Amino acid sequence: MLGKPISQSKKMRLNRMLMIGCLAATTIAVLVLSALLVSIAIEGTSSLSWSFLTSFASRKPSQAGILAPLMGSVWVCTICAVVAIPVGISTAIYLEEFARRSRVKRLIQLNISNLSGVPSIVYGILALVAFVRFFGIRPSDEPWTFGNSQSIWYLQIPFGPSVIAGGLTLALVVLPIMIISSQEALRAVPPSLRQAALALGSTQWQVVWRVTLPAALPTMMTGAILSMSRAIGEAAPLLVIGGFLLVFQTPANLMSDFTVLPLQIFNWSGRPQADFHKIAAAAILVQLVVLLAFNSIAIIIRQKLQRPLQS
Amino acid sequence: MLSVITTVAIIAVLIKETVGFFTMADHPEISVWSFFTGTEWSPLLGAKPLFGVLPLVCGTLLVTVIAGLFAMPVGLLTAIYLSEYASQRVRTNLKSVLEILAGVPTVVYGFFALTFITPFVLQPLWSGFGTYNAMAAGIAVGIMILPIVCSLSEDALRAVPQSLRDGAYALGSTKFDVTIKVVVPAGLSGVVAAFLLALTRAIGETMIVALAAGGLAQLTVDPSAQVQTMTAYMVQIFLGDAPAGGVEYRSSYAVAFTLFLITFVMTWTGAIILKRYREEYD
Repeated sequence: MLGKPISQSKKMRLNRMLMIGCLAATTIAVLVLSALLVSIAIEGTSSLSWSFLTSFASRKPSQAGILAPLMGSVWVCTICAVVAIPVGISTAIYLEEFARRSRVKRLIQLNISNLSGVPSIVYGILALVAFVRFFGIRPSDEPWTFGNSQSIWYLQIPFGPSVIAGGLTLALVVLPIMIISSQEALRAVPPSLRQAALALGSTQWQVVWRVTLPAALPTMMTGAILSMSRAIGEAAPLLVIGGFLLVFQTPANLMSDFTVLPLQIFNWSGRPQADFHKIAAAAILVQLVVLLAFNSIAIIIRQKLQRPLQS
Repeated sequence: MLSVITTVAIIAVLIKETVGFFTMADHPEISVWSFFTGTEWSPLLGAKPLFGVLPLVCGTLLVTVIAGLFAMPVGLLTAIYLSEYASQRVRTNLKSVLEILAGVPTVVYGFFALTFITPFVLQPLWSGFGTYNAMAAGIAVGIMILPIVCSLSEDALRAVPQSLRDGAYALGSTKFDVTIKVVVPAGLSGVVAAFLLALTRAIGETMIVALAAGGLAQLTVDPSAQVQTMTAYMVQIFLGDAPAGGVEYRSSYAVAFTLFLITFVMTWTGAIILKRYREEYD
């Protein structure tokens, strides 16, 4: 198995080379991250100011701001969270706790992991047909309307390229991730806990509500936050459904036009003028700060709430 | 259940629109055969639009191969370092670095490729690199998939039981022997699955290539040339370069369908490899 004999010194040389190679590769990963952060920080900090956060997009880079995309991101991600987190968790509970081991379950499982590999832009196309146009059952210039156009809950069907269509699209994109991470959280709960509860005469529902779910919740929350940080950075599917790159107002209700931070970054970086690259870098800094906040919350939850559950 | 509905809906929508594209009455020259074997893709330029998907597939593969050549060795070596060499403290820190890298939105990598990799890394090396080139996009995609390769391969390597390592050491192996001849082969199915998953992400990556790879679909393997990938073409269409309902617009659904098929096959293969070739040591 170890091949033909080689001299001791050659063996040690190979040994050292592998270690150096591994160290070098690891250094590359760290260096790349630093290069990324430093180059963006150098380019972006000069345009970062309070007015950058509170003004709308503009043709002049010096007056442009990110209020509309920032609020758009907040709206879209809230809708995404409201839809994806409950649906994801309940699907995971069904698959892990209630579904019998059967062919159907295996198929669904395989399907979910396949879905997590589908490029997000393909979800965008599905959303364009399903949410924005509602499969064409109603022409978009004479939609069905619900509620008062002044209220937040004002709704039109088909949705058109609106905040709610964006949120639902992102929910589609992150659902597979959300389901898989919640399933892993549930699987990590030792079966002995469930068995003990069942032995005490609990019903299946009581076991889920009072034993399994509370035990798995911290891990689930971590998964949820990481899914949301994926959603907040997603641009491609939203570009497909809406493509609004310049918006001059913050969303007022579910039917408002919107843009999000990654789309605004895309728009600005795609322009040839260097000034726009500067504000793109500044917008990236804002985005990264939001993401870091998300990640640190996830880490804190993981460390604070995770009680060791050993069987 | 929702997941099944989503899959069915994706497939149904894509097939319906793709069939619509191939059977458009005023474009009889478009056929399934000419679409998959045509070597010219110029839907927006010229008097007669040409739809041969091969240049887009070629551009996608070129970017993916560059990304893979960067990310697979670096990722695997980093994973080996993390699982075999690093102390607990270094490991925790490095893992959080990788987590940050994994969370960076892809549009940021696109910006990085366009404003840093091309002007400050590639162009000083060789002046033949244009503003948009496949190399910068490929490297940026490689950076994007690096955390995936790393963390999944590391999981696979750590799953190899300690007893195997101890056995090899007892036979007089060096760390090199143990790592390369025992641990990596034992975790190989997981490592290969990690590679496949990462490459799937690379193929479907959109914002990086839309920003950094350019917009000219050509059949080339030259990394300094600009290429258009399947995803970048869709971005171009949906950004409004083409009138809705027109033949260019419809063509993007056919491209999306091709992309969906490719990624679907790759995830399947990954799942099968993981299942079939997993070595159980218990």
